[in-house]
Amino acid sequence: MLKDITIGQFFPGNSLIHRLDSRFKIIMDIAYVVMLFTASNYLGLIAVGLFMILLYIMSGVGLRLVLKSLRPIMPLIAITCILNLFFIRGSGEPLLNIGGVIMIYPEGITTSIFMAVRIMFLIIGMSLLTYTTSPIELTDAIERLLSPLKKLHFPVHELAMMMTIALRFIPTLIEETDKIMSAQKARGANLDTGGLIKKAKALIPVMIPLFVSAFKRANELALAMECRCYRGGEGRTRMKQLHSGLKDYIALAVMAVFFAELILLNIYIPYLGIPYMVP
Amino acid sequence: MGDIIKAENIIFEYPVLDEDGNEVSRTRVLDDVSLCVPEGQFLAVLGHNGSGKSTLAKHFNGILLPMSGSVTVDGMDTKDESRIYDIRQTVGMVFQNPDNQIVATIVEEDAAFALENLGVEPKEIRRRVDEALKTVDMYEYREHSPHQLSGGQKQRVAIAGIIAMRPRCIVMDEPTAMLDPKGRKEIMKTIKLLNREHGITVVLITHYMEEAAQADRVVVIDKGKILLDDVPKKIFSQVELLRSVGLDVPQTIELMYELKKSGLDVPDDLLYEEECAEYLFDMLTAGDKK
Amino acid sequence: MSVIELKNVTYKYSAGTPFEAVAVNNVSLTVEKGEFCGIIGHTGSGKSTLIQHLNGLVKPTFGEVYIDGENIWSKDVDIREVRFKAGLVFQYSEHQLFEETVYKDISYGPKNMGLSEEEIDTRVRAAAESMGISEELLERSPFDLSGGQKRRVALAGIIAMEPEILILDEPAAGLDPIGRESVLSRISEYHKKYGTTILLVSHSMEDIVRFAEKVLVMNKGEVFCHSPTDEVFARQDEIIKIGLDVPQITRVIMKLRQKGIDLGSDIYTVERAKERILEYMAKGRIC
Repeated sequence: MLKDITIGQFFPGNSLIHRLDSRFKIIMDIAYVVMLFTASNYLGLIAVGLFMILLYIMSGVGLRLVLKSLRPIMPLIAITCILNLFFIRGSGEPLLNIGGVIMIYPEGITTSIFMAVRIMFLIIGMSLLTYTTSPIELTDAIERLLSPLKKLHFPVHELAMMMTIALRFIPTLIEETDKIMSAQKARGANLDTGGLIKKAKALIPVMIPLFVSAFKRANELALAMECRCYRGGEGRTRMKQLHSGLKDYIALAVMAVFFAELILLNIYIPYLGIPYMVP
Repeated sequence: MGDIIKAENIIFEYPVLDEDGNEVSRTRVLDDVSLCVPEGQFLAVLGHNGSGKSTLAKHFNGILLPMSGSVTVDGMDTKDESRIYDIRQTVGMVFQNPDNQIVATIVEEDAAFALENLGVEPKEIRRRVDEALKTVDMYEYREHSPHQLSGGQKQRVAIAGIIAMRPRCIVMDEPTAMLDPKGRKEIMKTIKLLNREHGITVVLITHYMEEAAQADRVVVIDKGKILLDDVPKKIFSQVELLRSVGLDVPQTIELMYELKKSGLDVPDDLLYEEECAEYLFDMLTAGDKK
Repeated sequence: MSVIELKNVTYKYSAGTPFEAVAVNNVSLTVEKGEFCGIIGHTGSGKSTLIQHLNGLVKPTFGEVYIDGENIWSKDVDIREVRFKAGLVFQYSEHQLFEETVYKDISYGPKNMGLSEEEIDTRVRAAAESMGISEELLERSPFDLSGGQKRRVALAGIIAMEPEILILDEPAAGLDPIGRESVLSRISEYHKKYGTTILLVSHSMEDIVRFAEKVLVMNKGEVFCHSPTDEVFARQDEIIKIGLDVPQITRVIMKLRQKGIDLGSDIYTVERAKERILEYMAKGRIC
């Protein structure tokens, strides 16, 4: 179950998207999110969607994976849809009116579809960053983008190191959790039924061994890092350098042009979509 | 050749604390141990858990410092803080649990970790990482994530991370204890390759006698003292002594020991399978002739 | 009487996805009551998945599992009851310890069974005794014990449930010779005393042949053989071919056979090797 989550996974490849400088990719990813929220009408949304699909095709990441990544956030999308559906009050006659309490307007339907699509685009688009960028490159890029903060004594390197180690140990700890759960089930632990408090209590036999082991791992890892001469970020070099080249600037320019167009779309066709939205 | 590691009269104690954290007494883990490891040797340190063998290993690259006595690595005293990174670069260390010594999420990034810490030039790192991964036969897995690998493969990645530093000596603290037989064989093969082909001094801490049997020299440690120090054949022929300190002997030796007990005049140091079979053959065919 | 019966059990990982992999392939098997059966096979041979079928931690994709003649996946069977009947001790079982004291940890299983306080107390003490855990250790924290002791506490935690079948996955893995001996010999004693059916998974042929009456060899998800130890060793060449180790003494005897002296294909302990050598020599003298 835990193993099915694809968000945050990396799929190695050699496409243009893979080869872009990860710092630029992060910046563009942020721009993408802003863009998505700027698009206030369907036309804009469709444009962003087409742009995203184009990027996916270029990256060579399979569409099946994309759909799989949506599965865990389905409940979130459903809740958003329901809220919009019931709470948007339109100007005309409601389509459905039950005792004046539950009223569904056409605007409610359009807004909820709009919101659902937007969340989906958000997840799919942001996933592209992690799908095409190795965690190491990603932490590297974050470390470098944040490096100006070093002057303010912000522990940038340490933060990046922590992220790397966390990423490294997530699969290990998931596997370990599975094993401990099985071992306690073999002793008759009832982990699936009962109320919330009962369930939380039943998890103690899983959590304690997990913590004990995590601390032991931390201890041993620290020792192993010391043996490999680790002494913080000072004087450290990297095997893989981040190189920004022409392609990165071109990509950024394409993104900027697209962004501008989107804004124009918003200005000139403001009423093709829906101005109502649940904050 | 000179000694790469020289331990002289080292004593190490752990404090025993009561519930409030006050020191009640001290447990002596190493009791006046002296040991020299000549460059190029494959040395096995054999002992049961709690014998002090792991504590001794941790003295060899300055992770632990002796309370009295001294350890020098290639002439550098491990107490000299200014040389600590030179010491750790000279004597690399591999631990038991392969999972808990891999830092990075990609094999080649992990192999590069030590060199990055040492501030080596990126191009040089790339060269040495590729070389190290090829040596341990993990080059084709260089872009894999560690959790996709078997135990033996992970342990070889950990070894690559050490040899990328080009140490002259590697100390391995029970590197095979958590591996299956296949992984264990892979690691033993790698160890022998490093020692024989690349001339790296190896100190192998283990409680598997079949591994120790492959070394040039075996040191048996018990209760913090060195009990025996000799070539494997001479060590394993002392069946009763080894058993008394909680160690096994190989079945070849055990067979000879049993045959001797039933009154046969057989040598007690036939450690390797081939020589054991050969001796038995000669003995049994000689019986035919009679 | 058979206490375990598997009928055409197949288990597939990630069934229905491109990552589908068969871990256990059409395995049929019966284990008699009171049998001490060793299970051997290399990593990925399906042995770990197989044993998790026996207490219902894993549900077969196809096929049926019978414990005590009862299909454990039929609707009227409570799967937790099956787990109390077939006690499974995992590899590195000390990782499951979590209570403040050894006593409390051992009593976790019996408590889950809903037994009375007195019954729990009796069982905990009996289990501790059969695993060689002294009274004074019972009040200690399990985290303060040595590796071998922790392992035995974890074992006692399963034994205290008094299962009819005890399944042990590599109970001696990672322990030093003293630890190994203390764990394995206690399992053997326990078997002799209570006649519990025991399935012992191990990578070490030396350990298995010392105790097991029968050996189950797994290879690529299938049963390679399940027969008395002597018969398994008669096929030593095949066993080596599928990548498993035989005891060192067996290898020596095989080398001797290549040279022209055959002492038999059922030699897997030093004791037996010695007997055969002495017999051979005695015969030689008579001639």
